[in-house]
Amino acid sequence: MKKKLTALALAAVLAAGPAMAELVFPSLSYRTGPYAAGGAPFADGYADYFTLLNERDGGIGGVMTKVIECETGYNTEKGVECYEATKGEGALIYQPLSTGITYQLIPKASADGIPLHTMGYGRTSAADGTVFEWAFNYPANYWQGASVAIKHLLDINGGSIEGKKIALLYHNSAYGKEPIRTLEELAKKHGYELSLIPVDHPGQEQKSQWLQIRREKPDYVLMWGWGVMNQVAIQEAANIRFPMENFIGIWWSGSENDVVPAGAAANGYKALTFHNVGSDFPLFDDLRKYVIDAGKAAGSGENVGTVLYNRGIYAAMLAAEAARKAQEIAGKADITASDMRKGMETLEITEERMAELGMPNFGPSFKVTCENHGGPGKAAIQQWDAEARKWSIITDYYEPDMEVIQPLIKADAEAYAKENGITPRACE
Amino acid sequence: MFYREAGDFKTSYVEDGQTFPIRLDRWGYYAIVFIAFAAIPFLINDYWANAVFVPFLIYSIAALGLNVLTGYAGQVSLGTGGFMAVGAFACYKLMTAFPEINIVFHIIVSGGITAAVGMLFGLPSLRIKGFYLAVATLAAQFFLVWLFNKVPWFYNYSASGQITAPERTVFGVAVTGPHTEAWAKYMVCLVFVFVLAWMVRNMTRGTLGRKWMAIRDMDIAAEIIGVSPLPAKLTAFGVSSFLVGIAGALFFAVYLGAAEVGEAFGPQKSFLVLFMIIIGGLGSVFGSFAGAAFMVLLPVLLKNLLVGGLGWPTDLATHFEIMLVGALIIVFLIAEPHGIAQLWRLAKEKLRLWPFPH
Repeated sequence: MKKKLTALALAAVLAAGPAMAELVFPSLSYRTGPYAAGGAPFADGYADYFTLLNERDGGIGGVMTKVIECETGYNTEKGVECYEATKGEGALIYQPLSTGITYQLIPKASADGIPLHTMGYGRTSAADGTVFEWAFNYPANYWQGASVAIKHLLDINGGSIEGKKIALLYHNSAYGKEPIRTLEELAKKHGYELSLIPVDHPGQEQKSQWLQIRREKPDYVLMWGWGVMNQVAIQEAANIRFPMENFIGIWWSGSENDVVPAGAAANGYKALTFHNVGSDFPLFDDLRKYVIDAGKAAGSGENVGTVLYNRGIYAAMLAAEAARKAQEIAGKADITASDMRKGMETLEITEERMAELGMPNFGPSFKVTCENHGGPGKAAIQQWDAEARKWSIITDYYEPDMEVIQPLIKADAEAYAKENGITPRACE
Repeated sequence: MFYREAGDFKTSYVEDGQTFPIRLDRWGYYAIVFIAFAAIPFLINDYWANAVFVPFLIYSIAALGLNVLTGYAGQVSLGTGGFMAVGAFACYKLMTAFPEINIVFHIIVSGGITAAVGMLFGLPSLRIKGFYLAVATLAAQFFLVWLFNKVPWFYNYSASGQITAPERTVFGVAVTGPHTEAWAKYMVCLVFVFVLAWMVRNMTRGTLGRKWMAIRDMDIAAEIIGVSPLPAKLTAFGVSSFLVGIAGALFFAVYLGAAEVGEAFGPQKSFLVLFMIIIGGLGSVFGSFAGAAFMVLLPVLLKNLLVGGLGWPTDLATHFEIMLVGALIIVFLIAEPHGIAQLWRLAKEKLRLWPFPH
C-alpha cells in the first residue's frame, strides 16, 4: 500500500513538473446542456485544428500544442472553475464561447495577464484596445453585426428602410441585449421602427413571442439566439408562415442545427457570417488525412464542414497565427501568455497567408492594432437552401457603419474604465 | 469509549445548555474553527478558493437561510434565487453609489434590504400554506428576475444588463474585483459564515426558534398556546431573506465578480438550495453545511476524478456526473429521508455506546 502511494505521489509530481515545452490552448467547451448543439461542433473544430498542426507540422514553430478541454455547460460558475483549473497550466489564450463567461473573465484574465479572444461574441467595447488591454474580439462583434444586418436590409430595399418595422428577437441575457443600443442608434439614423422581443433562457417556449410578431407584422425579424432557441424560433416562424427571407439571424443563429429541424420550411432563412461556409478548401483534405481518418478527431467527424465546426477551425487558426507572430516577436518558440498578447495585437491576416494555410477566402483579411482590438467587422449574409441542405453566401462582405458604432464603443469602454479605475493606455 | 457524557460534569446552567455538551464534539468544533481560520488561509490558492471553498461557504449561508424558513418555520419557499438576486443587485447599487463605504457594510445592508423584500413576499404566507405558498414564492422568483432584467436602473444602464463588481477593500485588502487574493476572498466569506451560523444556531434555540418550530409542527396548536403566527412567520421570512440576501451579495461581489440575473439567479438556483437542505437535513444547522458540501463539492470532485484522474472525455464525465448525483440524491432520500444530518445524529448515537452496544 505504501509503495503504491509513493508511486502515485511520484507520478503526480512527474505529471505536474515541466515535462517539455508545450503551447497550451485551453478550450472551455460545452458539450452538454441546452447549448450543446452549438458548443460541440465548435469545440471539435478548435481541437481538430491543433491536432492537425501537431500531426502535420509538429506543432507551431516546433513546439507541440496542447488543448485542455474543460466542460462549462455554458454556465458561468463552471466557467470560473474551469478558468481557475486551467490557468496554472501555462494557458496562452482563453476562448470561452459564452458572453456571460466572457464578462466574468475580462477582469480576471486581465489581472492574471492572459489574453482573452472572444471571436464574434463577448463584450463589444473590448474592441477598444486602450481600455481592454487583454481582451480581443476581432474579426467582428455584435454591434458590427447589427449594423451589417441593417445594411443588408438597406441594400435590398434600394437604400431606404424608412418606416419599416423591424423586430429584434433576442436571448434575454447579456448576449442578446448587446445589439439593442446599436439598433436603436441606427433606427434614429435610418428611420425604421424597432420592437424588442426577449426570449428567456433556454428558449424552448416561444409561442407568445411569435404571437406578438404575428400581431405586429414586422417587415423583418432579426434574431440574436443560441442553442435550442434558434431551431424553435425558425420552426415557429415557419408555423406562422413568416417569410424566411425576411428573417435574419446573427452568426450564432445560422448553423445547420438551427435550420434542419424545420425541414423544407426553413428554406431561404438568412444569417450573418464572418467566414466562409462548406468544406471546399485544401485545408480540409489535410484535416481528413491527418486527423479524421487517423482516428484522432475530437468528435465523431460528421460535423466537418458545418458552420460551427468551421468557426472553431477559424478561431483555432487565428490563435495559432497569433502564436506564430508572438514567437517571431519574442524570438523564441516557447512563448508566454504575455508574448501571446503581443502577437495578437500585431496580428495581420492577409489573403496570401490564408491561401498558404489552405484556407483561401475563408475570411476577410484584417489587421489588429493596439487601439483596435476589434478588426474591421466585415460580415456577409448566408442563406439556407433546404433542398440542397447547405448554406451559401449570397452577398459580398459588408463594411459596418463605424460612424455610428465607434462612438458607442468609445462611450462604453470609457464607462468601464471609470467604473474599474483603469487609465486608458497610450498607443504609439 | 471516547465519545461519552460520563465524566464531563456541568456545574452551571450555562454549561448545561451549551450547543456541544459532549467534550469530543466541543474539541472537534474548536479544531474545525481553528483550522478554518488559522490554517486554510495560509494554504489556499486560487483554484481551491474559487472552485471549492468560496462557493461552499456562500451556498452554506443560502442553505442556512432557507433552512430557517423551510426547516424551522415550515414555510416552503422556491424564491431563494430571486432573493439572492435582490441581495446581489442591492450590493451592486450600494457599491457603485457609495464607493467610499466599507464593502462589509454594503453586504450587511444588502441583507437588510433582502429581508424587507422577503417579508413583503412573506405576507401571503399568512393565508396560504404548503404547495400554494411554494407556488407564490416561485412567482416571486420569476417576478424578481424579470424586474432586474427589465428595469435598467438596477444595472446602471449597462448595455448588456450585466453587473460587474468594482474593486473594494477591507482594511486595505481587496476583497472584490480581479486583484483579490484567494485568502482574502475566503476569509471574508468565512467570517460571514461563522457569525451567521452562530447567530442562527442561537436564534433557533431561543424563543424565536421555538415559535417557528411550533408553527411548523402545527400552526393551530401553536396559536392556542399563544404563538402569534404573524410575527413568527414574518420573522422567519425576514431572517431567512437576510441570510439569503447576504449569500447573494457575496455570490455576486466576492465569488463571481460579474453576474447576469437570469443565468446566475434563475429558478434552478432556488431548486439547488432547496435540494441542499433536503439532502442535508431540514431544521439543522449542520445539515445546511452538509447539504451545501454535497451539492457543491461532489460535482467538482467527480469532475476532477473522472476527467483529471481517469482521462474521460469531458462530455461523458459531465453526463455521468449528472446521473450519479441524481442517483445519490434518490439513494439518500430512500435510505435516510431526514438527510445527512440524521445520519450524523445516528452515527453519534452509536458512537456513544461503542464498543458495548446493547
